[in-house]
Amino acid sequence: MSERTMPTTPKEWIRENIFLGKTIGEYIKSLITPWNIVAAAILAVGIPVIIYRLIYGLGAATHLSNINPWGLWLGFDMFFGVAVATGGFVMAVGVYIFGLKDYQPMVRPAILTGFLGYFFAIVGLAMDLGRYYRLPYPLTFSMGTASVLFLVAEHLALYLTIQFIEFLPAVVEWLHLTKIREWLYKIHIGAVILGSVLVLGHQSALGAVFLIMPSRLHPLWYSPYLPYLFFVSCLAGGIAMLVVESLLSHKVFGWQVKESDHEKIDRLTLGLGKAAGFVLFAYFALKMLALLHGGNWVYLKGFYGVVYLIEVIGFVLLPLYLYTMAVRRQSATLVRVASVLTVLGIMVNRFNVCMTALNWDAPERYFPSWMEIVLSLTLATFGVIVFKWVVNRMPVLYRLPDFPDEH
Amino acid sequence: MGIDRRGFLKLMLGAGAAGALGVAREAKANNEDFEGYPDSNGVLVDTSVCIGCRSCEEACDRANNLGKPAKYFADNSVFEKPRRTQNNEFTVVNRFQSEATGNKPVFVKKQCMHCNEPACFAACLAKAFSKSPTGAVVYNQDVCIGCRYCMQACPFYAPTYEYDRAFTPRVRKCTFCLNRISQPGGVPACVEACPTDAILFGKRKDLLKIAQKKLANDSSYVDHIYGQNEVGGTSWMYISKVPFEQLGFKMDLGTTALPKKTYGFLATIPVLHIGLPILLAGFYTIAKAREKSAKEHPEEGRK
Ligand code: SF4
Ligand code: SF4
Repeated sequence: MSERTMPTTPKEWIRENIFLGKTIGEYIKSLITPWNIVAAAILAVGIPVIIYRLIYGLGAATHLSNINPWGLWLGFDMFFGVAVATGGFVMAVGVYIFGLKDYQPMVRPAILTGFLGYFFAIVGLAMDLGRYYRLPYPLTFSMGTASVLFLVAEHLALYLTIQFIEFLPAVVEWLHLTKIREWLYKIHIGAVILGSVLVLGHQSALGAVFLIMPSRLHPLWYSPYLPYLFFVSCLAGGIAMLVVESLLSHKVFGWQVKESDHEKIDRLTLGLGKAAGFVLFAYFALKMLALLHGGNWVYLKGFYGVVYLIEVIGFVLLPLYLYTMAVRRQSATLVRVASVLTVLGIMVNRFNVCMTALNWDAPERYFPSWMEIVLSLTLATFGVIVFKWVVNRMPVLYRLPDFPDEH
Repeated sequence: MGIDRRGFLKLMLGAGAAGALGVAREAKANNEDFEGYPDSNGVLVDTSVCIGCRSCEEACDRANNLGKPAKYFADNSVFEKPRRTQNNEFTVVNRFQSEATGNKPVFVKKQCMHCNEPACFAACLAKAFSKSPTGAVVYNQDVCIGCRYCMQACPFYAPTYEYDRAFTPRVRKCTFCLNRISQPGGVPACVEACPTDAILFGKRKDLLKIAQKKLANDSSYVDHIYGQNEVGGTSWMYISKVPFEQLGFKMDLGTTALPKKTYGFLATIPVLHIGLPILLAGFYTIAKAREKSAKEHPEEGRK
């Protein structure tokens, strides 16, 4: 595909770039794959659910209540989605600031995932807002600057823009806009630095959101260290997600990668595994500190004690052990297993903080409705579809010969 | 090559300015010394006086146009289960009767506590809440986006949400009858309706004195004024002859105002805004210089 020549007429251009050089009929036929059928099935249920929620409101679509005002859409789409979308940040800082050039091939897919992760997190948030059409209010004329959530909103909005700028080179290369490409080179580093500030800010702020509810969040999860716990764990989740993602995308888009690259990918995966192991160790240490800090080990019994132990042993210690083994045995496969576990672990943690252990002292527990689950799945599916659409067209996994390495 | 030095400097200045703005803004929000308004009003609830007639509920319903109740206010079957505030019930009276209460019924009125430093106020990212100098914590539905962080932050589970309104849901809670108490001599509808002296309206500091006197003169009271110090103090306060924990009160709230729990974190943000760009720019410069020297002296290698 990199040998594509510049098409001349708009019609040809559309055919080349949008329909991948096929006629519309051929293109539609090429869309019928098992994965696409599953995706279509999810959307067939999910889109009506979205419409239903928008027309009939939260009460009709969710199990939210006066006692449990927060549920799956925040827990999954916002708290989990944003936490594992930090891969883009990790790669951008690693490659452009610290000059780890080896990881260059991973930067663009990571930034694309990051951008989509954030974008759909915000869509999920909008679904959750009682008055979604007022989404811009807090950022414009009624700013609650004392609110941690305000900080999150502000940083999220800015960071989404930054990630768009960071990904823009792939778009303009695709469209062969050489002038803009040169200009983008110039602001790139600035964007990466500003982006880092924003990531640190909102990731820790997402943890700080819970600081105001010491009595409503179970003591095993409530801690003055919440901002740090959230930040460190999102780094681990982001790195692990990079591994999972490169595993998946090389399965799916293998044709875009040269054979000789596979060995390189294994090497990079091992490098990421080492990094993830370190971060996960720091996270574990911090979690233990949080436990000891308030003398909270007395709560390690009963239902919440078991939930906590499952989270820490199964989804922090176990992947940590696997990463150590992987590095010792130089096994990329083991890194991949550990990474899947780590990503799941971040999900378990965010679900615990945002749902299981929240409002634990109240008489009524929350469990999502089927529509809440379907809507979250639908947004995730949308994310994958857009990712595939872009990767199939733009120089994300490979580079065009006219536009070699940046910097 | 990414960026020339001048362009880089410009960017850094930009980031610095953004950071400084952050400082100014957050410093104002961090009014750490705010202790509530000294002359604000409050209500003192004496649970040992309340007879459970629910006149307050009825008056509240009428004053706030909350519509027809599911069961008429004289219907005592509502006491069978403890209730919580609802969209159409800003206040509810619950009955507690057990061995701990000497098998006598004790009635407890519940509503928003109108905290001195409200968690709901600090939580709201749209500035929909304010603490009025009258003592009332007031909600403004015109800016609320419906994130329900206020509900999740409230230690008393007081606010409710109109989940059933598809397009214009509102947060609902006791208003402290702001329009009434802003008038000279005005009292909340519930206080006016109460046939006993179970709920007393007045200046919070005077009410505290009354409560202290009651506790001093009658040793059958529990030696605690609930709301005097809980979460930094609340406008509504309770005294009781039965231990508070037997009456559904939360005893684990501590005395720190909840907004203060986040000040420490908010204060680190400006530091981050300024410090991190400088740090990263430093790393970037080092990496670049290394790369350059590696290019000029390839024989030394990269490491
Ligand atoms: S009781 Fe809850 S809703 Fe009422 S002022 Fe306090 S925090 Fe706000
Ligand atoms: S639900 Fe409304 S009032 Fe409550 S925190 Fe969100 S925006 Fe503010």
